[in-house]
Amino acid sequence: MDDIDRQIINRLQGGFPVSERPYREAAAWFGLDEAELIRRLRRLLDDGYLSRFGPMYHAEKLGGGLSLCAMAVPEEKFEQVAGQVNAFPEVAHNYARDHQLNMWFVLATETPERIDEVVEEIERTTGYRVYNMPKQKEFYVGLRFQV
Amino acid sequence: MIDAIDRAIIEATQAGLPLVAEPYAAVAKQVGVAPEEVTRRIERMLENGLIRRIGAVPNHYKLGFRGNGMSVWDVPDRKVERYGRLVGELEFVSHAYHRPRHLPLWPYNLFAMVHGRNRVEVMEKVERIAELLGEDDRGHEVLFSTRILKKTGFRLPPLPPTTAKS
Repeated sequence: MDDIDRQIINRLQGGFPVSERPYREAAAWFGLDEAELIRRLRRLLDDGYLSRFGPMYHAEKLGGGLSLCAMAVPEEKFEQVAGQVNAFPEVAHNYARDHQLNMWFVLATETPERIDEVVEEIERTTGYRVYNMPKQKEFYVGLRFQV
Repeated sequence: MIDAIDRAIIEATQAGLPLVAEPYAAVAKQVGVAPEEVTRRIERMLENGLIRRIGAVPNHYKLGFRGNGMSVWDVPDRKVERYGRLVGELEFVSHAYHRPRHLPLWPYNLFAMVHGRNRVEVMEKVERIAELLGEDDRGHEVLFSTRILKKTGFRLPPLPPTTAKS
């Protein structure tokens, strides 16, 4: 990664043009030509410095349900419960965290109503309580993370 | 709110925008509409917030920010909005949310994801949030992830029911 790659990462976290030749437009911001910007973006993606390039969609506004849930699972049951929880297709991410609430997962459902149903299904399947923590308000600034 | 064409555009771009000179035309070809139709609809989705932004999603971990802590805070409910905005604006916080408490186990109503090069750096940044909140920080913790158990993409919600005309 060189200085131009850093500039690209810092500058292109939003505001990518919606036009016929958007890469050409954006390339000019860095003094590059279109092909060079595309080449660099492809490399940053291939090397894993970027996890994605494109439009970021707002899941709830698209009509789906989204929530963060946590469980307190005894250590000896942890792997078994992780398998049960992960088997639900609605579980998008699941992380082990160092806390009494040691399993944290994101539910993404096709409808908002489905969140509560899946929470109940997970409780029934695992036998442990699910602490549902849907966001009540999001404080989102967007452009950030300078490298 | 979204129709079949919007949905097709979303599906065509969910993994990313094509890395070709005319990416929106490429999407249009895939969806089967004119390029102007795609840019018009994407602009509209940006306006109404269906698209948050268009650009690069950095991989924090790969870029050396290996300490990612979920900091959680118990602040007075009537001030949570103000503090959420303040904390959300800090350059080391990627997301901040107001979420419900689950007393007595879980007294925290404000979540802020804090990114740093390591845990020490994260804890220093958490201290900066604590200073910002002052005595309204009635308690906080930082939860580090120890393992990814599952990571998949989000699923697109189903099409809204079409109004059948007889």
